[in-house]
Amino acid sequence: MGISRRKFIGCLGALALGPAMGIPGTARGASNKEFAGWPGSLGVLHDITKCIGCRKCESACHRVNNLPDPETSFEDLNVLDQKRRTGADVFTVVNRVDNTSPVFIKTQCNHCLEPACASACFVNALKKTPEGAVVYNEKLCVGCRYCMVACPFNIPAYEYHKALAPRVTKCTMCHPRMLEGKRPGCVEDCPAGALISGTRDELLAYAWDRIRTYPERYVPHVYGQHEMGGTSWLYLSGLPFSRVGMREDLGTKSAPELTAGPLSAVPVVVGLWPVLLTGVYAISKRKEKIAEQEKQAAVADAVDQSRKEAQNRMETLRKKWDQEKQSAINFEVKKALEEAAVKASEPSQTKEDE
Amino acid sequence: MTDNGGQNVRKLWTPFNVIVGIILAAGAVLTVMRFTQGIGAVTNLDNNNPWGLWIGFDLLCGVALAAGGYVTSAACYIFGLKRYHSAVRPAILTAFLGYALVVLALHYDVGRPWRLPYPIFVSQGTSSLLFEVGLCVFLYLTVLFIEFTPAAFEWLGFKKIRALVVKLTLILTIFGVVLSTLHQSSLGALFMIAPSKLHPLWYSSYLPVYFFISSMFAGMSMVIFESTLAHRYLSRHMDDTHHQEAPGVALGFAKAAAFVMAGYLGIKLIGIAIDDHWRLLATGWGVWYLVEVIGFVAFPAFLFAMGVRERNLIFVRWAAAWTVLGIVLNRLNISVIAFNYHLPSHERYIPSLMEIGTSVFIVTLGIVIYRFITTRMPVLHEHPDYSTHSPGQERT
Amino acid sequence: MNTLFFTLQDFMVHTKGITYLIMGGLLVALPLFWWFLTDRDDENETWRQ
Ligand code: SF4
Ligand code: SF4
Ligand code: SF4
Repeated sequence: MGISRRKFIGCLGALALGPAMGIPGTARGASNKEFAGWPGSLGVLHDITKCIGCRKCESACHRVNNLPDPETSFEDLNVLDQKRRTGADVFTVVNRVDNTSPVFIKTQCNHCLEPACASACFVNALKKTPEGAVVYNEKLCVGCRYCMVACPFNIPAYEYHKALAPRVTKCTMCHPRMLEGKRPGCVEDCPAGALISGTRDELLAYAWDRIRTYPERYVPHVYGQHEMGGTSWLYLSGLPFSRVGMREDLGTKSAPELTAGPLSAVPVVVGLWPVLLTGVYAISKRKEKIAEQEKQAAVADAVDQSRKEAQNRMETLRKKWDQEKQSAINFEVKKALEEAAVKASEPSQTKEDE
Repeated sequence: MTDNGGQNVRKLWTPFNVIVGIILAAGAVLTVMRFTQGIGAVTNLDNNNPWGLWIGFDLLCGVALAAGGYVTSAACYIFGLKRYHSAVRPAILTAFLGYALVVLALHYDVGRPWRLPYPIFVSQGTSSLLFEVGLCVFLYLTVLFIEFTPAAFEWLGFKKIRALVVKLTLILTIFGVVLSTLHQSSLGALFMIAPSKLHPLWYSSYLPVYFFISSMFAGMSMVIFESTLAHRYLSRHMDDTHHQEAPGVALGFAKAAAFVMAGYLGIKLIGIAIDDHWRLLATGWGVWYLVEVIGFVAFPAFLFAMGVRERNLIFVRWAAAWTVLGIVLNRLNISVIAFNYHLPSHERYIPSLMEIGTSVFIVTLGIVIYRFITTRMPVLHEHPDYSTHSPGQERT
Repeated sequence: MNTLFFTLQDFMVHTKGITYLIMGGLLVALPLFWWFLTDRDDENETWRQ
């Protein structure tokens, strides 16, 4: 199903883009590529091998996003030993891969090219912007948390303890700063050069360049290039990605592709179900009508039958009666004749009788 | 309850009333807590486990078990099986209450319940299957409400408007089936977006089909189950027609459910084959999967079949209750138990007592309203003024 | 109709939005057409050839 689905969507895409391709200036030459994402959109490359676990990015993130200070200060590097995840007021965390190794990894929203969270949101509260960031609009959010169910990276968090206006929270890729032409807070504050921002295309090219130049230093894989349809946040690592706690079993199918099948079945059901059901209804109705007619016919038959029987009986009766009458007449006649014969001897008397 | 007949109905301190009273009081406390201190104060939900019992049980099971409404009305009005007529009203009522309670439960679960109309009226996230579910549940609740109004109108004595609604029966029934097909299946499709979180034995591209097909036998079993309970406790509100037709309805639905379950088992098997997951059956999760599929689908299907062959209503009733349990198990497996199966055990979700309490509260509320309505409106019996069953007609 | 889409996600929101409208239309149109189709069924059982 997978392949044909992709092809199908590709065709749809080509159809939709067909007219647009003639317009000069649109960079939509690559016709066979379905949806390549916003051209020139930005991203960040995280080189795990360079990360020193200083948590400067975490504190920068809190600063630029006006997040409340955490219980333990950012100077306290002991927290690196616990496995942490993003939370209601923590957009990014740095984790030590395991207690002994000096490898650290920063986690935040990956700003997917085809975000599962946006695909899941039933009010479009999450959106992929042309700049590359996936941003959240709290004015629309209902708080169903389906985005959290959908996100393959377990990123969005929820303000479970707010009664009145709880929000979904996650890294914004510093979208407001981006619009001002500034770099994300965490990137700006990284002292080790483990975070670089730029257009996604540039970053991809750079990442592969690094892998080619230092093959002994990196695994030949840029995480985020294809995962779940690709992400704007990319990763380079010296250890296999599953060893640094990133899932390698996500596949390359993007979220909207996963749901396209059932979604396209919906209109077909609406189109055909009423037709089928009305058909079934009409057939059962027709059967009922025929049954009714047959019943009536049977009743009529029965009535006919009984009428005929009655007639027959009448006929026989009449015949019988006729016979009896006849025989009575005959008898009378005979009697009369006999009498006449008797009386013939005395003609005068007979005349008197008449 | 049974010995409670006649005049004693209004007696206040029956065990039923006391238990219900306690549950409703606890529910009121939980409600206040939920809406003053937030979801986090009453649930064990966290950022890794955003959906818990309120979605897994209240939404998924609630909707599946309310499927009796569309199944029964389709059998009676579309397929022309007139002998199910007396089962339609109770089924529609259960469905309506079921959906109403689902929506009520959603008010507890979502963060900003006053925005629940947003997906329909403010910003349509059409790429989401949840949008589809929301739209259909909203429309279907409306359809069920209209379908149920004749009973209320008869009770109130509004003849003209009742006649108008009765004319719409067929079209409402068809809408109901279309909408049910859509949202029953879409509830399964909700999980298709998360292949990396749901255990592969439960994740399948057939999820929407599984949900739809299982909703059919869930609905039928629920009709049987509910009628068993109603016969026990609300018998005096039933008329002769209802009493006479009930065994036929139970046997008919038992037969249908058993066969649909056989088909369901078939497509489950095909699902395993198509993804080549045979190997997984030998794991711990596989055993659990087999418990669900064999213990709670194949076994009750067989029990149904025995009940039908022997014309044994006791078998049928047990099978129905067992199937209902199986549906609950299946929905919980998909939304809670086998969901996030990959997380270490301390990150897994176990519902809090207060969450369970809230679910119990909502179910209890449903039972109380059901009882209130069936003891007053013509649901389990026909209103003498509007009888469709002149004696000797349309009987089998 | 000529909107240019860069993500499948936006494309889906757009196209599904239109299909939902069509679905609504179908749900109204199909019953009406059925009514038109069967309205005169009961009149008589003769036909023109
Ligand atoms: S990583 Fe998760 S939250 Fe971020 S864009 Fe992707 S799906 Fe959305
Ligand atoms: S929680 Fe808010 S942002 Fe997330 S899917 Fe629901 S409505 Fe959309
Ligand atoms: S991009 Fe901005 S919001 Fe995201 S982690 Fe960095 S500083 Fe925080």
